[in-house]
Amino acid sequence: MGNFIKDRKPADDSWTPFTGLEELDTLPTGDIYVPFKEWLERREELLKRNSRLGVILENTDDVDALADDLERLDLVVLQFPKMADGRAYSQARLLRERYDYKGEVRAVGDVLRDQVFYMQRCGFNAFEMREDQDLNSVLKAFDEMTVTYQPSTDEDMPIWRR
Amino acid sequence: MYQYSQQDHQLLLERVSQFRDQVQRRLKGELSEEEFKQQRLRNGLYLQLHAYMLRVAVPYGLLSSDQMRTLAHIARKYDKGYGHFSTRQNIQYNWPKLEDVPNILDDLAAVEMHAIQTSGNCIRNTTSDPLAGVARDEIEDPRPYCELIRQWSTFHPELNFLPRKFKIAVSGALHDRAAVAVHDVGLRLVKNDKEELGLEVYVGGGLGRTPMIGKLIRPFLPVHDMLTYLEAILRVYNQLGRRDNLYKARIKILVHETGEDEFRKLVEAEWEHIKKNGLQLRDQDIDAIKAHFKDPDYEELDDTDEAFDRELITDPEFAKWAEKNLELHKKSGYRVVYLSLKSRNQPPGDVTADQMDAIADLADKYSLGQIRSTHRQNLVLTDVKLSELHNLWKELKALDLATPNYNHLTDIITCPGMDYCALATARSIPISQAITERFDAYDFVNDLGDVSLNISGCINACGHHHVANIGILGVNKKGVEVYQLTLGGSAREDASIGKIIGPAFTSDEIVSAIGDVLDVYLETREDPEEPFLTTYRRIGQAPFKERLYG
Repeated sequence: MGNFIKDRKPADDSWTPFTGLEELDTLPTGDIYVPFKEWLERREELLKRNSRLGVILENTDDVDALADDLERLDLVVLQFPKMADGRAYSQARLLRERYDYKGEVRAVGDVLRDQVFYMQRCGFNAFEMREDQDLNSVLKAFDEMTVTYQPSTDEDMPIWRR
Repeated sequence: MYQYSQQDHQLLLERVSQFRDQVQRRLKGELSEEEFKQQRLRNGLYLQLHAYMLRVAVPYGLLSSDQMRTLAHIARKYDKGYGHFSTRQNIQYNWPKLEDVPNILDDLAAVEMHAIQTSGNCIRNTTSDPLAGVARDEIEDPRPYCELIRQWSTFHPELNFLPRKFKIAVSGALHDRAAVAVHDVGLRLVKNDKEELGLEVYVGGGLGRTPMIGKLIRPFLPVHDMLTYLEAILRVYNQLGRRDNLYKARIKILVHETGEDEFRKLVEAEWEHIKKNGLQLRDQDIDAIKAHFKDPDYEELDDTDEAFDRELITDPEFAKWAEKNLELHKKSGYRVVYLSLKSRNQPPGDVTADQMDAIADLADKYSLGQIRSTHRQNLVLTDVKLSELHNLWKELKALDLATPNYNHLTDIITCPGMDYCALATARSIPISQAITERFDAYDFVNDLGDVSLNISGCINACGHHHVANIGILGVNKKGVEVYQLTLGGSAREDASIGKIIGPAFTSDEIVSAIGDVLDVYLETREDPEEPFLTTYRRIGQAPFKERLYG
């Protein structure tokens, strides 16, 4: 088991990231997720697989472009190339709020203890924590703050309307 | 003023204990300095030249006397006995120890204060008109709207790791005392021809390396839509703002590179999706916040006072101060009083702990227990009775807070410069002190009238030199500090960016260069009523150039 948290618990990761779809024959069995570009190119072939499917977006990708495919996807992976690069927060909220996506939304990359509180509020429910992160410490971070002011995926209303 | 709810208190306590834990992890080495930096910056803690610097938020520049006493206590207990009011209405401490900071935050939390989002690439403390609620030219009190923005932006989960810092200013009067045109977003409360309240929305103003005046992307946004519209602007910026180059990451560059019309389209398209969500303000939401900012119980007073009139005649020094540092109040018999933090004995914006305590007492005694800070780094007592002005002035004078220079030449905005700041390339405080010493004579300063002089110690422009009538920028050229002179800027409703007049001056030359500029103005103004900026705009750069370099 790696440094993986799902739904606020340490978990086993059943998904395999995969790139290089040109060699489809060698695809692993089990659940895979692929880059958005490869998904667009080989969607029909992928859909014939007998496994769950996921897509990993660049944080510059427009979530809108994935909208029509979301019901076929069990996982969307969003990236934090650096912890201070916050584009994926917007992507996550859009997935949940605008497209009502119910599958797993996973944070990968520079995913650190002190950011998971914000990430979960934006709709992330799975976290591939950076290797050096202490899982016990991370699990505490979800509840460090109990007061929130603004609406997000966890609250429809701002504090003055609750 | 806004009174914290139980939940507001709870949030501060949780934040302090979270930060205490982060400091512990840093001290134990579990957090690297780089990762800790991201955390401490979101709590106003910078690592400067000599020490940490802690910036405490003063939401829209409004302080109670008890809050001011706590600021004094912090200066005394954890710092070297003084603090520094910044151009964003906040206060900075220059010498706190890292391990003390959680305790400082505890002390602040006890009086509903904090350092949340006073730095870092997030939505910063919202600034406003220091005369909010008392100004005669006010259309609508901006403070309730600032408070709504404060709540919406505090720990915003999506918008806390932006490409770069994000500053919002709100003004509600005919005259702009909040410099809205040079903020990432500037909002001006206005009424349409149906007398409905709305906002002019300016985006992409700012100073720094690439100074720009904000673009009006919405001439009338109903106030109910303020937060949804802000969220749309910020979401567009979070996704599209540049992150490849620190100096091109502010929203002004995005607006500039995208084009104003295209940017507006992006915002409006995003807003269409979210404008009806829970952030859309209902009348009762606005009214509930407004209730915190109701007028105090003013007395019904005449707008003249015999004793005051007499003292103006018998006490010429008082009269000078009264002419310079008072402003009319919306209620008759009251005046707004500017406390100058620009005496020749202290760096601009600095206040000692003893002064802070005394100011708190004066606020209780004379001005309904509140103090405002201004973006020009002064303080204000907003509700002083005419009949009490003379007594207040005597006490202010004893505290060295009665320099009669508000909005005059020696009311200089100065960044901390190389005396404190890790980014600075030149000293700025000594230059402002040299200018103040040279031009300290009241009659001369008085004769110059309304003029602004601002000094920045590096290209990041924290001293707002671009929007000063007379701006000074210190830079380091081959190991020597030199000072560029810009003329013609304004931070008011006629906002403009000053232009560099020519080659830079050495620190020995800059003061007499300012003297030359002032001489040209005095010789060419049409009459003593014509302010510096008007003269400059009328005659242009040439006569100044000629005198400086001819």
